[in-house]
Amino acid sequence: MNDLFLVGNASGFSGDRVDAAAPVVRTLVRRGLPAALFFECLAERTIALAQIEKRRDPEAGYEPMLERLLEPVLAECARAGIPILGNFGAANPMAAARCVARLARRLGLPELRIGVVTGDDVSASVDLDALPVHEADAGLDMSAWTLVSANAYIGAAPLAQALGQGAQVVVAGRTSDPSLAVAPLMHHFGWAEDDWRNLAVGAACGHLLECGSQLTGGVFWDPGFKDIPDPANIGFPIAEVGGDGSLLVTKAEQTGGLVDLRSVKEQLLYELHDPAAYLTPDVVMDVSGVTMEQAGEDRVALHGVQGHMRPERLKVTACYEGSWLGEGEVSVAGPNALARARATAEVLLQRVRQRGLARRARADLIGVSAVHDSDDGALWRAYDGPEPPDIRIRLAVEATSRDDADQAAREVLAMLCCGTAGSSGARWRVTPRILTRSFLVPREMVPTEVTVREARLWN
Amino acid sequence: MELSNAMVEVPLHRVAHSRAGDKGNRVNLSLMPYDPELYPLLAEQVTEERVLALFRHRGATRCRRYDLPLIHAFNFVIDDALEGGVNGALNLDGHGKSHSFRLLSLTVRVPAAG
Repeated sequence: MNDLFLVGNASGFSGDRVDAAAPVVRTLVRRGLPAALFFECLAERTIALAQIEKRRDPEAGYEPMLERLLEPVLAECARAGIPILGNFGAANPMAAARCVARLARRLGLPELRIGVVTGDDVSASVDLDALPVHEADAGLDMSAWTLVSANAYIGAAPLAQALGQGAQVVVAGRTSDPSLAVAPLMHHFGWAEDDWRNLAVGAACGHLLECGSQLTGGVFWDPGFKDIPDPANIGFPIAEVGGDGSLLVTKAEQTGGLVDLRSVKEQLLYELHDPAAYLTPDVVMDVSGVTMEQAGEDRVALHGVQGHMRPERLKVTACYEGSWLGEGEVSVAGPNALARARATAEVLLQRVRQRGLARRARADLIGVSAVHDSDDGALWRAYDGPEPPDIRIRLAVEATSRDDADQAAREVLAMLCCGTAGSSGARWRVTPRILTRSFLVPREMVPTEVTVREARLWN
Repeated sequence: MELSNAMVEVPLHRVAHSRAGDKGNRVNLSLMPYDPELYPLLAEQVTEERVLALFRHRGATRCRRYDLPLIHAFNFVIDDALEGGVNGALNLDGHGKSHSFRLLSLTVRVPAAG
């Protein structure tokens, strides 16, 4: 039981609740054990959107909520010796560090040590065309696409190195998500880079925590079947990791949500393929022989996580821009809504086809069938159930120019006059489409650099 | 005491829970019975073929089931079910997170409660 280290998480993606951190930090401080806190803010293409921001403004391109996320807990973490790690650097870790430094100075913490890990951005240093494609979005001719970003999923070692140099905040860009939890464990326990068993426990800790509330009731609650207390205030997760490789997950005290066998099983298997081979840059995690037990209220212990040698290559995800998504919606309701909705969908598809605006188009009947349907509308076309009282028709197109996407999306607007009786509530929007491809690169092609300086010296 | 062997057909949602995750154009769906005793029965009835059939209309090409009997869980991995995935798809649910509930709409035959 002795020699426990606590890892807390306060964000599961860019867009998560910004008031999650304070209860986690309160709990970590009350427990009085060595601890770290991490924020996961970087989905696959978030970094491409950040790169586009950075092109517009060289001081932008990091997590836009960074200051709002850190301000409530930065001083308390610094006082209690709880380092904060995050991939909130996104496409611009140096600018993110300057943002943290400004915040620290404003809070009267000019001595706060801020570390930055760079090297994940390989867009200028690696020739992607010379590498085999690992995973790609299906069926895409990408010859006309432009590279926006290319980032390697770096591992825990450089983050641990920053902690070793006394960093109290570690700012990273693209890292593997579990590595944000592995790093403080490596640093605290002195795990070697080939200590596969312990690193796998760290990776399991990171995997379970990296989506924040998804371990503690988020994406879980299903009223009447899986109820949770106070879903408006779900507590974010905390792991207790032992020097002997023990692992127990719990959550911030005096919050909503829950941690039980059901929620932990769901998150253990989340985004996992072969349970015996979950690849991270630090270790291959094997949870095929895991057992778990409820060890108290909101406490679940896991046993039997195994580790295997880490992959030789790192995954690089490249993001490309080159087409536009146009979306428009319009509603019908009341008697004969189903027939009017079907007719509206057909006419919208015909209009887009007739005007030659789109490479691909699709219609959904929201209220009849949408999220489970296919591009050809197999389910709503075959639907023979009762007529819903209210249906929203959605048109979505992929177009090669912004104008074509806009023109196609505006077809829903024209339905306010040209459409079926009672058509109303048109909305439309156009967004750039980002497509991704991933590659495997030798580790030596991704050198990382660690810079640690006091807040007063970051300018 | 006499054991009733009457079976009833119910949606999986009544007896099990699930979560969906995505990687590119691939979706994974976990499946766990609320009552571990139902695990063998689900293993028999919720086959790769039946789950693949749920996603055929979306162009799914392959379904693989991994069994985790120690925690009474299954993990289904379905290829090409997301119409391109979060970046490529035109559909509203590029992440495929709603598909756990498509799986839970599948029916299974379980012992009648009593």
